[in-house]
Amino acid sequence: MESTVLEVKNFSAFYDRVAAVRNISMDFYTNRITAIMGPSGCGKSTFIRSINRMHELTPNAGVSGEILLDKVNIYSMSPILVRRKIGMVFQRPNPFPTMSIYENVTSGYRLNGIKLSKHERDSIVEDSLRKASLWDEVKDYLHRKGTFLSGGQQQRLCIARALAVKPEILLLDEPTSALDPKATNSIEKLIVELKQTVTVIIVTHNIAQAARVSDYTAFLFLGELIEYGLTDKMFTTPKDKRTEEYLTGKFG
Amino acid sequence: MNNGIKLRIIKNSIFKILVILVSFILVIPLFLIFFYIFKMGISSINIDFLINLPKPVGETGGGVSNAIIGTFMLIILSSIVSVPLGIAAGVFLSENRSSKLAGITSSCIEIIQGVPSIVIGIIAYVWVVKPMGSFTALSGSIALAIIMLPVIVKSTEETLILIPHSLKEAALSLGVPYYKVIIRVILPSGLSGILTGILLSLARISGETAPLLFTAFGNPFMNLNLLKPVNSLPLLIFNYAASPYPEWHSIAWGASFVLIALVLVLNLTAKGIARKWKVQF
Amino acid sequence: MLEERISQIKSEIIFYGKFIENMIDKSIKGLLQKNKEMLMEVIEIDEAKANEIESEIEELLISSIAQYEPRAKNLRIIIMALKINNDLERIGDHAVNISESGIYLIERPQVKPLLDIPRMAEEAKKVLIDCIESFITENVELARSVCERDNVIDDLKSQIIRELVTYISANPDTIERSFHLMRIANNLERIADLSTNISEDVIFIVDGVNIKHHRLEDNQ
Repeated sequence: MESTVLEVKNFSAFYDRVAAVRNISMDFYTNRITAIMGPSGCGKSTFIRSINRMHELTPNAGVSGEILLDKVNIYSMSPILVRRKIGMVFQRPNPFPTMSIYENVTSGYRLNGIKLSKHERDSIVEDSLRKASLWDEVKDYLHRKGTFLSGGQQQRLCIARALAVKPEILLLDEPTSALDPKATNSIEKLIVELKQTVTVIIVTHNIAQAARVSDYTAFLFLGELIEYGLTDKMFTTPKDKRTEEYLTGKFG
Repeated sequence: MNNGIKLRIIKNSIFKILVILVSFILVIPLFLIFFYIFKMGISSINIDFLINLPKPVGETGGGVSNAIIGTFMLIILSSIVSVPLGIAAGVFLSENRSSKLAGITSSCIEIIQGVPSIVIGIIAYVWVVKPMGSFTALSGSIALAIIMLPVIVKSTEETLILIPHSLKEAALSLGVPYYKVIIRVILPSGLSGILTGILLSLARISGETAPLLFTAFGNPFMNLNLLKPVNSLPLLIFNYAASPYPEWHSIAWGASFVLIALVLVLNLTAKGIARKWKVQF
Repeated sequence: MLEERISQIKSEIIFYGKFIENMIDKSIKGLLQKNKEMLMEVIEIDEAKANEIESEIEELLISSIAQYEPRAKNLRIIIMALKINNDLERIGDHAVNISESGIYLIERPQVKPLLDIPRMAEEAKKVLIDCIESFITENVELARSVCERDNVIDDLKSQIIRELVTYISANPDTIERSFHLMRIANNLERIADLSTNISEDVIFIVDGVNIKHHRLEDNQ
């Protein structure tokens, strides 16, 4: 039996009162990878950005319904606290250009004014970079700028940065869409390993990627949750006709 | 067919030569100015010139140390006023691009930029000199600060607009409060652009004369008091060049040389910073 | 990801192969030791279990194709595993047939001493083990040797049938028992045939060459 870490209840998200995500209810399971897929404009990015309250940074954005993290509605918590518990990695790798690799990894603490001893910092940096499978490649260059790394390495650095603050959930918003196939491959491998540490929610418009990396898949269409279930089931015997059509390339 | 290509190649090279020629012509006045000021000014330049005070008419020698110190005083004072203000306004403009207030602010700043510097001098005279009852370094600095402000605001805004939005998102997604995102992530990433803007604005005001005529006024003596009149290089040049004494003319040339050198150093430093500290995204 | 999935597939096939081998073992042992319980177990419990394992592996294979879109060798492995899986299930069915005939035979006097049948069973089992082994290790040499050994089993079967025909003509009462013995020999021969199929699949996986439908000798 899976244990639930995040419960979404009748959740809708709006831009200028127009719903981009409509009435979604679903559970996300602990230490599982859940992929959210769907054609462009289906609301998948809006939805994932609502999970760590990044959606509300857009002007005229609004939400209704509840998202419960460990039974507490994140919309009743401080957004800053929510974002520390639910990390996020974006489409384009975005390491802080003014900081070294080392500083990037510890930036979650530094920028929040949390003081750590040198020893603690060192171990967080090594641990996070190892989890992001980047340690061996950068351990001799920790004090160089993160922007000197290749795209794939930068993205792994961003994953390490998000992991360093020990989030419960890691959101990945199309993390490989700006990367070449080889880097994509290494990120996908990493994502599968990450579920040992965190619950992963990944948004992707790449059907094959959803199939490869995830344990559960949710299919969003026009802002609605059409189908949600085990990935291997959904990709062999989808229940909804629209899922079937999407998977066979009839639209999207 | 073949002829057509040949003709095009010829046209192409003619155009190229023309472009190079025009840019060369444009550079000539600059070098002429440098050359002339160097020729006229270098003879007066020596240590005494830099550290001594001006001598009364009739005595040879004498320096411009009061004007150099005064110029730096004015520059520093006006920076203290306009740098924080300018950066803050630049941040506001780049962060709230779509808001109405930002639009109005932006237009106002453009208008200030267009106001002739002598008008700004008059305003500073009316606002500061008259109520205080005396010409002061402070009033000169305020006039210069107003001239500096639009340059800093615009360069800050333009630098910050170029910083990818994703960087802000990255910091916010780590649970960093908004104000810290601005101070610790956005501003450092735009540091080189902002610094360049500040240095260029300094280069601009260090040559300003008009607004200082009825604010800082000029002073033949060394003055470090903010509430007293103070001399500056452009003022000194203005006064000495217009005087009937040939010794003073040569001092004016020397001061011009110092001023040009200062502006050149500021410009080159700004260029160097822009290149070297450029943040790669 | 796909690599892990393929090693999982291989270990499931090993497990299934072992299970089927054990079914053959039990059906022959039950016959030799006149152990009805053992034969009933094959028919009533093992067959259902074998079907269950087959569908589980099939699901795994289909979802692997859906999830990972395998290509080239990975695709060959998965498609062939699908066929091997099917072949193994049929081998299980043959073991059930043997057990059924076994149940008939153990309650009746022997037509003749059971010498060739156990030998044949031993050969068939070896062929099965080797073909699974060749699949796991992608060993073409081993796979080819399995294809060749198929002949030995064919010969053994012909010999058994010839012998039984003489028994029948000598004593018509033995017809029914002889028929069951023939059925066992036939089923063992089918087991070896299916194992040969698997070996051919292995050669296809490794070399990408399809050697089906023309005899190995022709190739050489």
